[in-house]
Amino acid sequence: MTALPTKKLEAWRYTDLRPLSGISFVAPPVGAAPALPDLGLPRLVFLNGVFNAALSSPFAFARGFAPVAEDSALPLAQINAEQAHDGATLHVPAGVDAGTVLLISHATGDVPFAFHLRHRITLGEGARLTVLEIAKGEGIYWHNPVTDITLAANAALTHIRVQEESRAAYSLATIRASVAASASYEHFTATIGGQLSRTEIHAALTGPGALAHLNAAQLLNGTQHGDFTTVVAHKAPGCASRQTVKSVLADTARGVFQGRIEVARGAQQTDGFQLSQALLLSPGAEMDTKPELEIFADDVKCSHGATVGALDEEQLFYLRSRGIPEAQARAMLIRAFLEAALEPVTQKEARTLLEAAINNWWVQP
Amino acid sequence: MSTTTVQDLAEQKYKYGFTTDIAMEEFPRGLNEDIIRLISAKKNEPEWMLEWRLKAYAAWLTMEEPDWARIHHPPIEYQALYYYAAPAKAAPKSLEEVDPELLKTYEKLGIPLNERAALAGVAVDAVFDSVSVATTFRETLAKAGVIFCPISEAVREHPELVRQYLGSVVPVRDNYFAALNSAVFSDGSFVYVPKGVRCPMELSTYFRINARNTGQFERTLIIADEAASVSYLEGCTAPMRDENQLHAAVVELVALDEAKIKYSTVQNWYPGDAEGKGGIYNFVTKRGACRGRNSKISWTQVETGSAITWKYPSCVLQGDGSVGEFYSVAVTNNYQQADTGTKMIHLGKNTTSTIISKGISAGHSDNTYRGLVRIAASASGARNYTQCDSLLIGDQCGAHTVPYIESRNTSAKVEHEATTSKIAEDQLFYCRSRGLSQEDAVGLIVNGFCKDVLKELPMEFAVEAQKLLSVSLEGSVG
Amino acid sequence: MLEIKNLHARIGEKEILRGVNLTVPDGEIHAIMGPNGAGKSTLSYVLSGRDGYEVTEGEVIYNGQNILDLPPEDRAAAGIFLAFQYPVELPGVGNANFLRTALNAVRRKRGQEELDAVAFLKLARAAVKSLHMKEDFLKRNVNVGFSGGEKKRNEMLQMALLKPGLAILDETDSGLDIDALKIVAEGVNALRAPDFSALVITHYQRLLDHIVPDVVHVLAAGRIVRSGPKELALELEARGYAGLEAA
Repeated sequence: MTALPTKKLEAWRYTDLRPLSGISFVAPPVGAAPALPDLGLPRLVFLNGVFNAALSSPFAFARGFAPVAEDSALPLAQINAEQAHDGATLHVPAGVDAGTVLLISHATGDVPFAFHLRHRITLGEGARLTVLEIAKGEGIYWHNPVTDITLAANAALTHIRVQEESRAAYSLATIRASVAASASYEHFTATIGGQLSRTEIHAALTGPGALAHLNAAQLLNGTQHGDFTTVVAHKAPGCASRQTVKSVLADTARGVFQGRIEVARGAQQTDGFQLSQALLLSPGAEMDTKPELEIFADDVKCSHGATVGALDEEQLFYLRSRGIPEAQARAMLIRAFLEAALEPVTQKEARTLLEAAINNWWVQP
Repeated sequence: MSTTTVQDLAEQKYKYGFTTDIAMEEFPRGLNEDIIRLISAKKNEPEWMLEWRLKAYAAWLTMEEPDWARIHHPPIEYQALYYYAAPAKAAPKSLEEVDPELLKTYEKLGIPLNERAALAGVAVDAVFDSVSVATTFRETLAKAGVIFCPISEAVREHPELVRQYLGSVVPVRDNYFAALNSAVFSDGSFVYVPKGVRCPMELSTYFRINARNTGQFERTLIIADEAASVSYLEGCTAPMRDENQLHAAVVELVALDEAKIKYSTVQNWYPGDAEGKGGIYNFVTKRGACRGRNSKISWTQVETGSAITWKYPSCVLQGDGSVGEFYSVAVTNNYQQADTGTKMIHLGKNTTSTIISKGISAGHSDNTYRGLVRIAASASGARNYTQCDSLLIGDQCGAHTVPYIESRNTSAKVEHEATTSKIAEDQLFYCRSRGLSQEDAVGLIVNGFCKDVLKELPMEFAVEAQKLLSVSLEGSVG
Repeated sequence: MLEIKNLHARIGEKEILRGVNLTVPDGEIHAIMGPNGAGKSTLSYVLSGRDGYEVTEGEVIYNGQNILDLPPEDRAAAGIFLAFQYPVELPGVGNANFLRTALNAVRRKRGQEELDAVAFLKLARAAVKSLHMKEDFLKRNVNVGFSGGEKKRNEMLQMALLKPGLAILDETDSGLDIDALKIVAEGVNALRAPDFSALVITHYQRLLDHIVPDVVHVLAAGRIVRSGPKELALELEARGYAGLEAA
């Protein structure tokens, strides 16, 4: 197996995978069927990394898994290519609006195991799709999915991920998206579960007018470590990217945001924006932020902002002076803090799922 | 600024590119223990200083040149360099004894060393290649108790201060270039401002590289004792030569309780020609330690020169309530590469830092801001504000922003903003419709872009810096 | 009834209130005037329970209960309402959600039934209308992007809904034009009742043309140095605060 990346790699300076290398992961056991929410949507369900036909309601645009050759500079994608034996392949032909589909991964086991799903999503010209991805589980496991996304001109993919993995799990997702002219990739990840987790997105805007929104909310407590890393490559003129990442960190949790906007020579009229904001709720919490601009064209508008701080005492007092109890006032302010990242998520089922997951977080131990 | 002034300046291009013809003493090329012993002997150094150098050399041999910066250059042949070059005449005891050739050189650079003709209220230490050739106003300063002298002299005359503080901010093993400097540094300035003293005049060191194939490794150490304050200026130039030359300096600042140090740099080493030939490789380690409570260290830099700039003036905010500031303008044109920024390390309670960085890239150059803000768990109530803006002129250059923000204290507040833009056509048009030439308009807009930094410079430097900006960008707009 | 007895309070090492004695019976409106730095805002924050103010001596009794140990939300439920000098902006918090959450929290503690969304909206819309505000007021984020006048109206809207027994207006008139001033006055006057009292803190007399006080107190250097009928405000306006510390 290809070696795990170490902190010596600049891309991994804030996320240490040594705890992972100390565990010997076995092949996944047969997964038990969990209770799944009925959202009335077509769905593909993977139990411990294996497609489960009985729980799934396959739809017209799903195809089977095909092994992939990979020669990647990304160690985790390389490991995935070596180990993957299942995954979803979604292909929406040109001009078709395929609605919303669910992609569910559920993992349970008594001994540490690893699985490496390989998903592929392809949208033809002008096609539309919303993928709602849910990852849940119990016990110690390593989930190492790779999702490759290709969007033809004018296609639109909305990709919402709710990561509620086991609190003992390692969840390391790699997503690579290629976005052609006037196509759009709208991404949102809610990171709630996992002992150590990372979402790494590489979005290439390859045709004029392409658009990428990469938003995330990380809600972490206990000793959780969550990392949201993005690289947006503006390779054609007139593309836009927007990233809003909000991290709420309690106890001794650690949040990471690394975001790079690359503007290639000739990619004029680029509009790139990046915002990372973190709330540290406890003395032991930590946030590491590295927003990066790499610009080789002059007619561009690129900016980033980052803030780290505590809840605003003025705001808290204002709410309490109007009779709202402290705990509720805090919850309101945290929810308001997340709003800007959540705002673009308008799909009804996705919104419901996210709100439920966020509300669930308050009551966690 | 009038049109004629800009044209005058533009035609001058790099006006400091002349060489001084003077008899020089040089050690053989290359670096080994013997060369270090020679340097130490030349300076009449005590044994402890030689040991310190040898330790640094041993460390350097085990270290590797850092490769994380966004710069590219052919390998530096460390064994092909001269590590010591000095005017052959014996060190002058007073200004009257300074070689007239040298006095002429500094006059041409606009730094008259004759005290009567000198800039009012500025004491100057002039460093020529490896040695300090003159220090002005020493008596005036001595009356106030301020020590301002070449560091080689301080090693002999004030060993207790040097031993206490040298390497205490930038340890010998800090990085490859700092280790090299620690082994071979030949001269530089030493400043000690005693308790409660406000230094009565601006202190200034003027660095000049003249000799061919010679590395310059100066070392500056500034200590502001309790409630002392000092403002220090630094200027640098070098002749135009086709080959690259290495400059690896170390600057250490120490501020004790309530002390204040303001350190300003106008870095105008030879940047190489329009094709990228020649120019100085500028690898510099600058760091200040705010050791005392409510102490303050402020870095201001205007970086227009050098083929390569690798430099991160930093502050370690140890004392409660201490303040760190970094104001920077970095201009790159033609094939220059600059990777510069700062580190603000917050350790004490209620420490604050401000970072204002303005990067301007033109031609085929690359300009990178790289900065770290670290809030330790102990730094309750810490505050940082960072603003870094990049301006691109032309479509063949690059502008990069690489901030690292690490916060471990819930009561700390960190804010960072960065923007990248170009000079707007309507701004240019507006200026030109009012009668300004294209180049005047660019100069005006660029100076406006840099205003927040330039206003931090002492008056004498601010005017010089503004002119420099326009000259550096000469030919960058069609 | 509000009774402030020998109230001493400080911020850090600095003593701001140095023995305030004041009684506001039900149904009355009292004005507190005084020079800058007299401790007017400190008094309003200490009454409403803001952190950072340490009470070193004295007590504050409201309707028979010592309120100094209560958190701010319990004081609100007990009927104390502070109209802020500078209302705080809450990005991401919708005004309607904020008002309903506050109202229901207070109602719950007062043993009243909580309002459902429909009932609340009906109530809120009526209040918005009576304050001559646009209905989109409820949809906007709390105070975000509001003009100075709009912020003060929003304070009056909250007050109208929460129906306090004691309103404290902390220099609510600062920076207001005459129309906005009238709205604040109408908001307070509309609540006038035998079981409602108000403490109007102001630097200038002009607000008192619209909210006519029963008693005027002068706060200087952390103490009430004079009290008198409403004409005292006019006298202060004419002669200034100079010399009051000595009185």
